[in-house]
Amino acid sequence: MFKRLKPFFALGLMLSVFFLGGCSNYIVLDPKGPVGAQQKDLILYSIGFMALILLVVYILFTVIVVKYRENRKDMSNWEPEQEGSKKLEILWTAIPILITIALSIPTIKTIYDLEKPPQASAHKEPIVITATAVDWKWIFTYPKQGIETVNYVNIPEDRTVEFKLTSADSMSSFWIPELGGQKYAMPGMETTLYLQADHKGKFAGRNSNFNGEGFTHQIFDVNSVSQSDFDKWAKDTKTKAPELTKKQYDQLMLQGEAKKMTFSSTHLKWVDHAKNRDYAVKTRERLGVVPQNPHGSKAKDANNPEQDSHGESHSH
Amino acid sequence: MAHAEVHDHNTPLEYQSETGRLNILGFWIFLGAEIALFSTLFATYLVLMYRTADGPTPHELFELKGVLIETFLLLTSSFTCGIAIHEMRKRNRTGLFVWMIITLALGAGFLGYEIYEFVTYVHEGAALGTSAFWSGFFVIVGTHGLHVTMGIAWIILILIQVARRGLTPQTSAKVFISSLYWHFLDVVWIFIFTAVYLTGMVLHNG
Amino acid sequence: MKWDEFFVTGDPLIYGADVSIGLTVIGLLFYLTYFKKWQWLWKEWLTTVDHKKLGIMYIASAVLMLFRGGVDALLMRAQLAVPDAKFLDAQHYNEIFTTHGTIMIIFMAMPFLIGLINVVIPLQIGARDVAFPYLNAVSFWTFFIGAMLFNISFVIGGSPSAGWTAYMPLAGNELSPGPGQNYYLLGLQISGIGTLLTGINFLVTILKMRAPGMTLFRMPMFTWSALITMVIIVFAFPILTVALALMTFDRLFGAHFFTLQGAGMDMLWANLFWLWGHPEVYIVILPAFGMFSEIISTFARKVLFGYKAMVWAMVLIAAYSFLVWVHHFFTMGTGAAVNTAFSISTMLIGIPTGIKIFNWLFTMYKGKISFTTPMLWALGFIVNFVVGGVTGVMLAMAAADYQYHNTYFLVSHFHYVLIAGTVFGCFAGLVFWYPKMFGYKLNERIGKWVFWLFMIGFNVCFFPQYFLGLDGMPRRVYTYSAASGWGDLNMVSTVGAFVMGIGFLALVYNIYYSFRYSERENTGDSWGLGRTLEWATTSAVPPHYNFAVTPTVEGLDPVVAIRNDKKDVTPKLADIKPIHMPDNSGVPFVMASFFFVAGFGLVFEWYWMGIVGLIGVFITLIIRSFDKNEGYYVSVDEIKETERITV
Repeated sequence: MFKRLKPFFALGLMLSVFFLGGCSNYIVLDPKGPVGAQQKDLILYSIGFMALILLVVYILFTVIVVKYRENRKDMSNWEPEQEGSKKLEILWTAIPILITIALSIPTIKTIYDLEKPPQASAHKEPIVITATAVDWKWIFTYPKQGIETVNYVNIPEDRTVEFKLTSADSMSSFWIPELGGQKYAMPGMETTLYLQADHKGKFAGRNSNFNGEGFTHQIFDVNSVSQSDFDKWAKDTKTKAPELTKKQYDQLMLQGEAKKMTFSSTHLKWVDHAKNRDYAVKTRERLGVVPQNPHGSKAKDANNPEQDSHGESHSH
Repeated sequence: MAHAEVHDHNTPLEYQSETGRLNILGFWIFLGAEIALFSTLFATYLVLMYRTADGPTPHELFELKGVLIETFLLLTSSFTCGIAIHEMRKRNRTGLFVWMIITLALGAGFLGYEIYEFVTYVHEGAALGTSAFWSGFFVIVGTHGLHVTMGIAWIILILIQVARRGLTPQTSAKVFISSLYWHFLDVVWIFIFTAVYLTGMVLHNG
Repeated sequence: MKWDEFFVTGDPLIYGADVSIGLTVIGLLFYLTYFKKWQWLWKEWLTTVDHKKLGIMYIASAVLMLFRGGVDALLMRAQLAVPDAKFLDAQHYNEIFTTHGTIMIIFMAMPFLIGLINVVIPLQIGARDVAFPYLNAVSFWTFFIGAMLFNISFVIGGSPSAGWTAYMPLAGNELSPGPGQNYYLLGLQISGIGTLLTGINFLVTILKMRAPGMTLFRMPMFTWSALITMVIIVFAFPILTVALALMTFDRLFGAHFFTLQGAGMDMLWANLFWLWGHPEVYIVILPAFGMFSEIISTFARKVLFGYKAMVWAMVLIAAYSFLVWVHHFFTMGTGAAVNTAFSISTMLIGIPTGIKIFNWLFTMYKGKISFTTPMLWALGFIVNFVVGGVTGVMLAMAAADYQYHNTYFLVSHFHYVLIAGTVFGCFAGLVFWYPKMFGYKLNERIGKWVFWLFMIGFNVCFFPQYFLGLDGMPRRVYTYSAASGWGDLNMVSTVGAFVMGIGFLALVYNIYYSFRYSERENTGDSWGLGRTLEWATTSAVPPHYNFAVTPTVEGLDPVVAIRNDKKDVTPKLADIKPIHMPDNSGVPFVMASFFFVAGFGLVFEWYWMGIVGLIGVFITLIIRSFDKNEGYYVSVDEIKETERITV
């Protein structure tokens, strides 16, 4: 009989090995900033409890199933009428309550911590960057520096970044797993996400909330550079990069992917997507782009919206 | 499908058949589901209350007089409906008919006023597609109006059956259930009157 | 609209589906005509109001939908097996995961469970049928028609592609044009009517039609779970009805509830959807809990441990189910206080669930455990479900959820609860009550193969996904780069998925094999270990009136008492009275067909067709209202003959 139960046992073993062993191989468990680190600590703390619960259940399960199998020799301990035990039932009500309390306290603390800039660099003023999702790209605006980028964002190392998140159309989620958890970017709304990179480096960011055909490729690069390099880049961009024209910006409002772009001015003089839900939709209407049934004949032939100046935006 | 017929004299007619009893309980549960349905609509309406976009605000369009007349008509119809059931329990078929027809007439009057109200709003530039607020308004009030319409049609069908088959435990259970429905619509209207019209006139002031 | 927009074209997979659908239909029509089965089909099935037959039709439809949803799943896994695969394009992949999710939850899990509830509950409480047999037929046919309407989308007009959650504004006209999303709205709306009616029907049935002596706290646990599930249905489904209607108004009539223009509010959709969606999850898990309770108690040959605690745990779970919906979008930025409240309320669900797990374990303690196939599924459930349970608690911790949200960690979690809970439960219940439905058992040897293939495949498929999630792989991506390093675990996962597919085929083979070769049962208690009233009927498959004489109940597990006391339960001639039964009716089927016409018309915005369909529905309602539907009496002679009473 015991043979049959081996897979269950092996599964339990696998669980603990995987969970307790190879942590650092996984992005979320190998964070590069204080926000992600706090979340990692919370995750590992909870995994400890969960492993314990699994262990208890699996041991009980194995013992009971083996000991009380039908083809055992001694049947004297078969008690078909045994219907409960107050003591045991109180025990397995009380212990989960205690575990819930033990998990709640650090959870609540972390929830509140993540709503403020990380303590590590509380003495430095956060840098504010607005991230706007548009199907299927990310536009980053540096209001103070007066510059704008598409599909990449430069941030200074060891300084809190206050991301102001919004969207021009679909509900998206802004996520840089190596730096910390995600938050939604929604049209006509503004949400705030504090993140920070401890060191220089390049990280992958993306939209993680499904929003249609180009979702998979709605990604961006995060470059963490030194404060002086950042300042120099911001200054150079302000003086050397091309200005963002309204025509160009309206092309960005069309559905499609885009290459990386850099501008010496921002879109904030035309629209604040946090206050205006329908700018992108109205722009598409104005430019004569009609939404097409993906199975319709028009969509199949050539659904290239009017060619945009940067020639990169395309939809399938 | 036990059809044990109870003939205790004190049991109201509509409760005398097993089917009648089951149907009445089933209908009460259905009304529970209807409460969930209207609660969702109310929540939606309240969430969208200030989202008038470029369209008119309720304060500009709502008029107390018409709404008060509607309320008066519907509340009275609930009262007459109660009398109709009272007559039914006294086995007075004529009484049942008279009071039910008055009820239906009042309901039809209510509907007429509501349609007039809707038409007026549309003429003044507030339709289903004007803004989130007006979508919410037309759908919650319209859903209630649709319920009233269905109620009128349904009660007419039941009255035809009573006319043909007389007051039996089966037909009287049907009449009783339709009266529950009618009272329920009245209760919902009181909430609409408060949450939609009064708040629309007061909270949107300015 | 052009024809090439009406029929989906351009994809070899879809042409393949077109051909196979065409051949199946022709085959069916030929079979029915050649063997003169049309009348049989109409009289025995399409017009039936018998709860057992309706239950069997529910289960058959659910197995069909399991096949459809499973093929979707395998297509997805095939696409994700290797990085940068070109098997499916983004649009096609999006359609497939949308239909997979919707079908599995709405058209597979729920009807499977409702089917088992239909077959078993009236028998378990000693009733002749449900409270409203006619309504029960309406429930089934509206569900079935809703499912069919949703399913034809992939050959006619195009499937929805906004995910089963259909978040706005993505699912709106601007970002999801075409009929696809309309199919979702109308298919779910029509089948939702059926579910709500089932809820009302079974509430009244369980509250009012129990056998004499069966007090609430003598009800079998499966009946309890069904009762509580029906309460959830009655209060949760109207929310879905409203949400779907509002989105339909947005898409068809230019309303602005959730749209980008006109100051709509997309977050409102997410809230309404999950206000229904979370209770929905418990609608599909609680009946499974109930079945496991029956099965574990039966094959451990022991009274259920902590009966009252089991009941109250389910009541608590049902209550909590309405108070946790925000945990589906902790990342919406609703603020620390809201996230804290919903974190705690979510974790609280772990407590009653934990109580149930330990009660199941201790039901086996000091028992005498037989490892039959239903019991294997139940044991597999305990072992695998706790993995889904503990990861659920991890997800409930909002601050950590910001890292799990929208990733494969979440995907793995809900498959661990829904497959190990609901699907294992459906299979366990199917095997357990199969002899009650057809008069013979499914083959045990093949059944055990099915279990091990499915269980191992399931773990190989989904366990690696936790780690893909922790490695930052988002859900719903149609491909990934080789540089991401996700290739190996995805390949493992795909292999597991195909092993599950083989397990499903083995199940289908078992159905065929057992039909041919299984020994026919001739007692009402097929397993010889039954505890509840469905095993007290005089024959393997109960006659249409269920019990010749309504049984009386004196405690929990009445059949155990009968067996232990060696009571003679053959009905006495003197006790047999004519039995009143409801008439068959073709109206529910016709009504549902009109719903199909109306739904199809609205999907394509052909309003004349929608109006014609709705008028048809109203006419069937009026016909029903005027129908005297008095039913008929089964004569004593017929009962005597059925029960083989010779005296």
